[in-house]
Amino acid sequence: MNALSVQKVSKVYNKTVQALRDITFEIREGELFGLVGPDGAGKSTLFNILTTLLLPDSGDIKILDMDLIADYKAVRQVIGYLPGTFSLYPDLSVKENLDFFAVMYKSDIEANMDLIRPIWRQIEPFSKRKAGKLSGGMKQKLALCCALIHRPRILFLDEPTTGVDPVSRKEFWEILQAIRTQGITVLVSTPYMDEATLCDRIALIQNGSILGIDTPEAIMKHFRGSLYTFRSADIFSLLNALKQCPLQCNYYPYGEHCHIAFYEDMEKAMPQFLQFLEEQHQEHGEITAIQPSIEDCFIEIVKMNSHE
Amino acid sequence: MNSIEVDHLTKKFGDFTAVNEISFQVKEGEIFGFLGANGAGKTTAIKMMSGLLQPTSGTAIVAGYDVVTQPKLIKRNIGYMSQRFSLYNDLTVFENMQLFGTIYKIPRKELKKRIMDSLAALDMTKQANLLVHSIPLGWKQKLAFATAILHKPKIVFLDEPTSGVDPIVRREFWNLIYETASTGVTILVTTHYMDEAEYCHRISIMADGNIRLLGTPEELKQQVGVNTINDVFVEYVKH
Repeated sequence: MNALSVQKVSKVYNKTVQALRDITFEIREGELFGLVGPDGAGKSTLFNILTTLLLPDSGDIKILDMDLIADYKAVRQVIGYLPGTFSLYPDLSVKENLDFFAVMYKSDIEANMDLIRPIWRQIEPFSKRKAGKLSGGMKQKLALCCALIHRPRILFLDEPTTGVDPVSRKEFWEILQAIRTQGITVLVSTPYMDEATLCDRIALIQNGSILGIDTPEAIMKHFRGSLYTFRSADIFSLLNALKQCPLQCNYYPYGEHCHIAFYEDMEKAMPQFLQFLEEQHQEHGEITAIQPSIEDCFIEIVKMNSHE
Repeated sequence: MNSIEVDHLTKKFGDFTAVNEISFQVKEGEIFGFLGANGAGKTTAIKMMSGLLQPTSGTAIVAGYDVVTQPKLIKRNIGYMSQRFSLYNDLTVFENMQLFGTIYKIPRKELKKRIMDSLAALDMTKQANLLVHSIPLGWKQKLAFATAILHKPKIVFLDEPTSGVDPIVRREFWNLIYETASTGVTILVTTHYMDEAEYCHRISIMADGNIRLLGTPEELKQQVGVNTINDVFVEYVKH
């Protein structure tokens, strides 16, 4: 059975802004599905629709075989939602927030403690602290506990790790992996490309449309360019020089390296490129062909779509 | 010459030491990455350096002024882009820049010219009269940065400027940082994207109020014996 089936969903704001355009995808039960896209792509609009907070203009959505609109009350019982902005009560304590959500869902904290224990253990020492006084990582852990306390079958997480440091992000994803072993389906959006590779499948979304849905491995396999990496003593000067490069290519900084994807016959193009760098007096390290990462794929797909 | 000189800077909130005797210098025109876990004390340290918060002890000289005795002069000579709040959603792009420019007492005619030049450089001239809430986050962040440097400060503090921004816009934003630094402006920036840490001239890593590591990205990787700044970070913040 599909946990979620979204068919041709569209949404227009103020008659002018097309936030979503014929969005269609399905998520299998128990899947960890990632929604990856730039700001303003429509990710949060989609989350608001899927969590029954906003009506789509058209399209059909089924959650665990229930109609999202007709059965919205029943749907709310089986979903958990972690919104993109911190939405707990800042002036209630950690424990009071959890109690509040448990009461609202008529759920028993003790009965569901096994599900949240690994997370709860980390915030329990602060259970009397006001939620508004927690650090960013702690807030997210508390919000996740509150979203899970009624043991939902589908969990919606809208950018749960934005602004969270690398160590806490890693912990958060370990928690997500543990949650799915409990049979909970997860739909998560993220601006971090390294997190996209941790999903079973991902959908790339831009300007309200889905550009592609596949496993991270398959998306990386479909990279169209020939990708190379190299180092430069002065990356800013290099990037400026590359603006004049006559070859069909797409270049960008990537950590300490420069990545460049060519859309050329490389046997001819590489000597031309080396000559170009020399003419521009650009000192560089060895130029090595590499396999693209999800971030490379995302950049390629978005650039191709903005040109077409 | 140093733009920032921090010497045993400390901030205590009651029993809690948020920033514990940190010391470092940032050179003019340098891009300095100020890294650390959530709650490590980065924002508190930035608030002290920008004259918004008085230190408990220690000193900091920023743009040639003392944070303890000359906070007003510091505020006039720095730009600050805060983590969350940076622009007014219900003002237009132009009005936001006009407001901040006026606060910094930029003469009216000069201000208009600077705003138009700045918007042209961002390729946002057409958006001048749009309300800020209607433009995408990536544009807002670029606009907030342009607004923070409108009064031509010597130093800009950027607190997580690219949080939640997509890979392409993040790179455009860093291009702006590089361009600005190349004109001699000093940049102190915090980020949770470890690839961005590699773009900095030097970085420091804070944990529990202390600076644990400081050096060029290359030096830190060698020192810890790993290949990426992400690994350096995980290694040092975990313990």
